[in-house]
Amino acid sequence: MDLYEYQAKQLFGKHDLPITAGDVCETVDAAVAVSESIGAPVVVKAQVKTGGRGKAGGVKLAKDPAETREVAQAILGMDIKGHTVHKVLVAHAADIAEEYYVSFLLDRANRAFLAMASVQGGVEIEEVAANNPDALAKIRIDALEGVTPAKAREIAVAAKFDEAIQGQVADILTTLWEIMVREDATLVEVNPLVLTPTGEVIALDGKVTIDDNAAFRQPDHADFLDQGIDPIEARAKSFDLNYVKLDGDVGIVGNGAGLVMSTLDVVAYAGEEFGGIKPANFLDIGGGASAEVMANGLDIVLNDPDVQAVFVNIFGGITSCDAVAHGILQAIEQLGDQVTKPIVCRIDGNNSIEGRKILTDANHELIELVDTMDAAARRVAELAAERKGAK
Amino acid sequence: MAIWLNDDSKILVQGMTGSEGTKHTRRMVASGAKVVAGVTPGKAGQEVDGIPVFNNVADAMAATGANVSVVFVPPKFAKAAVEEAVDAKIPLCVVITEGIPVHDTAQFYQYAVNSGSTRIIGPNCPGIISPGKSNAGIIPADITKAGRIGLVSKSGTLTYQMMYELRDFGFSTCVGIGGDPIIGTTHIDALEAFQNDPETDAIVIIGEIGGDAEERAAAFIKTHVTKPVVGYVAGFTAPEGKTMGHAGAIVSGSAGTAAAKQEALEAAGVRVGKTPSATAALMREIMQ
Repeated sequence: MDLYEYQAKQLFGKHDLPITAGDVCETVDAAVAVSESIGAPVVVKAQVKTGGRGKAGGVKLAKDPAETREVAQAILGMDIKGHTVHKVLVAHAADIAEEYYVSFLLDRANRAFLAMASVQGGVEIEEVAANNPDALAKIRIDALEGVTPAKAREIAVAAKFDEAIQGQVADILTTLWEIMVREDATLVEVNPLVLTPTGEVIALDGKVTIDDNAAFRQPDHADFLDQGIDPIEARAKSFDLNYVKLDGDVGIVGNGAGLVMSTLDVVAYAGEEFGGIKPANFLDIGGGASAEVMANGLDIVLNDPDVQAVFVNIFGGITSCDAVAHGILQAIEQLGDQVTKPIVCRIDGNNSIEGRKILTDANHELIELVDTMDAAARRVAELAAERKGAK
Repeated sequence: MAIWLNDDSKILVQGMTGSEGTKHTRRMVASGAKVVAGVTPGKAGQEVDGIPVFNNVADAMAATGANVSVVFVPPKFAKAAVEEAVDAKIPLCVVITEGIPVHDTAQFYQYAVNSGSTRIIGPNCPGIISPGKSNAGIIPADITKAGRIGLVSKSGTLTYQMMYELRDFGFSTCVGIGGDPIIGTTHIDALEAFQNDPETDAIVIIGEIGGDAEERAAAFIKTHVTKPVVGYVAGFTAPEGKTMGHAGAIVSGSAGTAAAKQEALEAAGVRVGKTPSATAALMREIMQ
């Protein structure tokens, strides 16, 4: 999960990494109040999980509380690359002498971690990497050894930090690594890290990604969950289902992340022939799914108003196809008259003959069995297009 | 031959007394695999279907000659379990467990590399099967037969789908390497092993969005693989920034897209199918 800047800074503060004073606000009045309490000038920053806020006008300076009001009014509610701004961070505007870049991240390719640092910060680090690769130090971090004070110093030296501040930067790097490990983060980035005219080094911005798999040992991270997520996604989560809402017309229920991703592609591919029919969601009911899990999954998808037709695509490895068939019938029974959308099913693998027989015997007008994944995708795209056209 | 798993593989199951461990031990045994031991701390002396349980991996190996471990222990204890297997110098450790924090995986992977004695497959993977020989993990054994195609995939169900599509030809070995950001065995490791395996004639590689493992596999194929390879990539319709089920399956910016992976594979001479069935059809042309 990517954190908002203000959440990243909460973690920085918790681990005593130097940051500027400030607070997050949801209203203009709150922003003015924060500006009054920490003292002008302040910077008002849109809290969105996307880059390029500054260019979009989502980061503005305010010299006094009156200007804070003006600026906060402009930024709250603004749209930045499809993200509506619901919160702003109002922070003390630090005097800046120099801007730097530091980060730690998971290095998938090398199956370790990576430190990156540069004395050219405050800009897109991809640009520095592309235009002036020598200015970006990249140092491998061994997962078992971690970042010792000596390693932190090595990074600061490799990035050509001025000798006078190498010690301060190394301390910051040590703390950042501590955040990386103790908070189960896969990315900790500070851009810019700034030097003030009085010689302090402060994190002016922060980007943190935390590992969802570590939730069992990071109870505090539950506070970071987005409140305003899609209602269908929230409901799927309550069933412990892996669901992502998309913007198409065919509801998808499948088992296994890879097969479901593939199902989305195959439906989109078949849908080209029917005026651009696309999948409406990703839903993985997981391995060894029971009839109840299948029923919950179908319930979620059938209740999505965008869905015109549903594709149940199962390859039973551990999942038994008779349980899948029972789950489909159970969902239809529970939902009763609400079920008006056609359901195309393709089931193969473990106990598939029995599973198909259960569905055939049920002889339900909305259920259609198709033998192969490709043919089923074509059929469901056709049905979705028909219903969409009839509307 | 086959790769990494053979007739003479003797399997121990870490977490055998748990419900998943017991269920899948029975499935492995039913498929003909030699499961010789279970490991659960504090449960030495117990048995599961006549298979003895030991307190630790070293004891189990000493008593039974086990040379493959399959790990079913929950995420919280997985790192300790894998490190214990590495300490006992087991040659192959297959980690089925889903949901292990990536810092833990990074650490036990490095631990295994430092030891130089253990190959890890997974985590969050379905395991490895050499049909007719042995089966370490949760891959169903009855959907295909022994043959001469090698398969390496990040995804479990896509592995099953492909095994089933090509069941008339059969497979030497199928390896599910898992969909986590850090995995012990990569596409490249499997490609290299299949290239060197006299019982494998052709290879199917299945990838998905996220990271650049497929791109690096493509570069490896170009320079090191002479056997025919066909490919499939899942996730063309996945939007940026949304994790698609697997912790590693996320498109970030321009990196990790399915289109880039397909392009890289095709540039390396790999024929890439648009759907799993179309991919199987490409392999069919090669094998006929």
